[in-house]
Amino acid sequence: MRHFIRSAAVAIAMAAASTLTLSAAMAADLSGAGSTFIYPVFAKWADTYKKDTGIGLNYQSIGSGGGIKQVIAKTVTFGATDKPMSDADLEKNGLVQFPMVMGGIVPIVNLSGVKPGELVLDGKTIAQIYLGAITTWDDAAIKALNPTLTLPSTAIAVVHRSDGSGTTFNFTDYLVKLSPDWKSKVGSDTAVEWPVGVGAKGSEGVANTVKQTDGGIGYVEYAYAKQNKLSYSKMLNAAGKVVEPSLESFGAAASNADFKGSKNFNVIITNEPGDATWPIAASTWVLIHKAPDDAAATGEALKFFAWAYKDGKDTAKALDYVSIPDSVVDLIKASWKADIKADGKPVFAGE
Amino acid sequence: MSAAQEALPAIRGSRDATVKRFALTDAVFHGMTRAAAILVLVLLGGVAISLFAGSWQALSTFGFSFLTTESWNPVTEKFGALAPIYGTIVTSAIAILIAVPLGIGIAIFLTELCPRPLRRPIGMAVELLAGIPSIIYGIWGLFVLAPFLQTTVQPFIIGVFHGIPGLNSLFAGPPYGIGLLTSSLILAIMVLPFITSITKDVFDTVPPVLKESAYGIGCTTWEVTRRVVIPYTRIGIMGGVMLGLGRALGETMAVTFVIGNAHRISTSLFAPATTISATIANEFTEAVGDLYTSSLVALGLILFVITFLILAIARYMLMRIDARTGA
Repeated sequence: MRHFIRSAAVAIAMAAASTLTLSAAMAADLSGAGSTFIYPVFAKWADTYKKDTGIGLNYQSIGSGGGIKQVIAKTVTFGATDKPMSDADLEKNGLVQFPMVMGGIVPIVNLSGVKPGELVLDGKTIAQIYLGAITTWDDAAIKALNPTLTLPSTAIAVVHRSDGSGTTFNFTDYLVKLSPDWKSKVGSDTAVEWPVGVGAKGSEGVANTVKQTDGGIGYVEYAYAKQNKLSYSKMLNAAGKVVEPSLESFGAAASNADFKGSKNFNVIITNEPGDATWPIAASTWVLIHKAPDDAAATGEALKFFAWAYKDGKDTAKALDYVSIPDSVVDLIKASWKADIKADGKPVFAGE
Repeated sequence: MSAAQEALPAIRGSRDATVKRFALTDAVFHGMTRAAAILVLVLLGGVAISLFAGSWQALSTFGFSFLTTESWNPVTEKFGALAPIYGTIVTSAIAILIAVPLGIGIAIFLTELCPRPLRRPIGMAVELLAGIPSIIYGIWGLFVLAPFLQTTVQPFIIGVFHGIPGLNSLFAGPPYGIGLLTSSLILAIMVLPFITSITKDVFDTVPPVLKESAYGIGCTTWEVTRRVVIPYTRIGIMGGVMLGLGRALGETMAVTFVIGNAHRISTSLFAPATTISATIANEFTEAVGDLYTSSLVALGLILFVITFLILAIARYMLMRIDARTGA
């Protein structure tokens, strides 16, 4: 009994210590918080990394906004966000940001008689649907994109995310780029004032509601559409070509994005040019302090990220993410060396 | 001087010490219980103050219009709380309308009519309902109840009331399956065990002699329940209902799953809506701007005030009833 009490006390002490990320005892574990989009790949990477190096990762997927708040408060070593921070905000809080991984967002539909990948949509039409201007599936605008399909006169049931989400941010950012109406009436953010439709919690909620509602339309991360065998639509991209959602078409969006000419890697990869490009791609950025209080922890975190860029490619692919292209990784590492410093020396010592 | 007289002062001394000790333990006990009671007040005050401080920015920016506007727009940072307030009150009210008659019915059956061997299992089953986590209710509502309502119940009701003015706008389509009524149903199931078990417990406190007298002068079970048991336990039942209402007002997870989370007020019970706690749960993690966060805290303050008001009104009503009946 006494032994049990002692071990319980040790467990409680350890739990308490793990919340105090700044305590020296826990310097061995990395701590991060934020985006739910990136969580699956972080978890898988961390698992492998711990086996290789003995260093674990404690990542709380509490949402991008929460991650930003926590990294500013210095309760975690790094934050992860699906919506890049503005230059001014980064400057104000002494943070740097860089993309960690990319993915794709796909429109999903529930139309009797229409198989996955048969329907073609474009940004303008989706914007009109989400504005409530197009209300039935046999609308002329949808027919014009799908001359060969027989479309039912079913009412369109619009489904969107109810929780604030990076997926919503990228989806609405795309609609803003394509539709002046959307830009003036709704705009883009992690949560917006939706003119029509129902909100469902999380990508799983959106997927499920669309699945249940005849005539439903929604948008989810690619992995959800693929794993739940949902009826996704093809898209007309900026080059005027019809593309399928796939890791290749997301990768094309990533490689066509101009990170080199950007400040703070603030490139949102929706509506990128290129014939093979999927128009609604998304990135997740990592946020970390420029002048860290705990240089050792930050150094370990950067080591882990460098490892993930190089050795985590297959894992990312298996989970339907797109890795950051090597050319961009070189830019990122250069920015680490230039910006993240302790005692005047770069924290990142790797290659 | 007998020996006994000599011993008196000593006895008196020890008696005084004992009395002092008793007085001391009493004082300590008194102080501790009072501290515990005051702690509740301090905590409540602390919650109120921190909510007020957190929501100050939103309240000073929007003023009174925060309570009267429907717009909830994170992009332009224009926030109004009318839609979530409406959703919170309507869903809770409908849930209580459904759960109170059911709960009192179950309690009457268990205490007056149920055969003895069945009493415990049914009572346990009802109380187990309270042990189901709200997330489970939410998932069950989303995956089981909502599709059922969507494909069978809602189209039927929409069809029935289609041509009747007033009712056709109350039950207007399209049938999403999720919406105001669905979350009211889930809430009703969730608050049922609270109302039932408290009602059952207070029914058990009715002195048997009262019931026996009523039966003795020829009352039926219905009359005994209606004229003796319910009047005697009125306050207890009200307490159970209030507890249920408090639970319904604040319920978050289950409602978030099935209400449709749309910041709109519509007359239809099938339309998607939102509640205060669902809005906070949905948006707090991603709310980056100060004004946005502050508006969400202001919603929390409003919920706090609504709950407080409802409890105060209930207490006041009970006082009125007591004063009238002279109980």
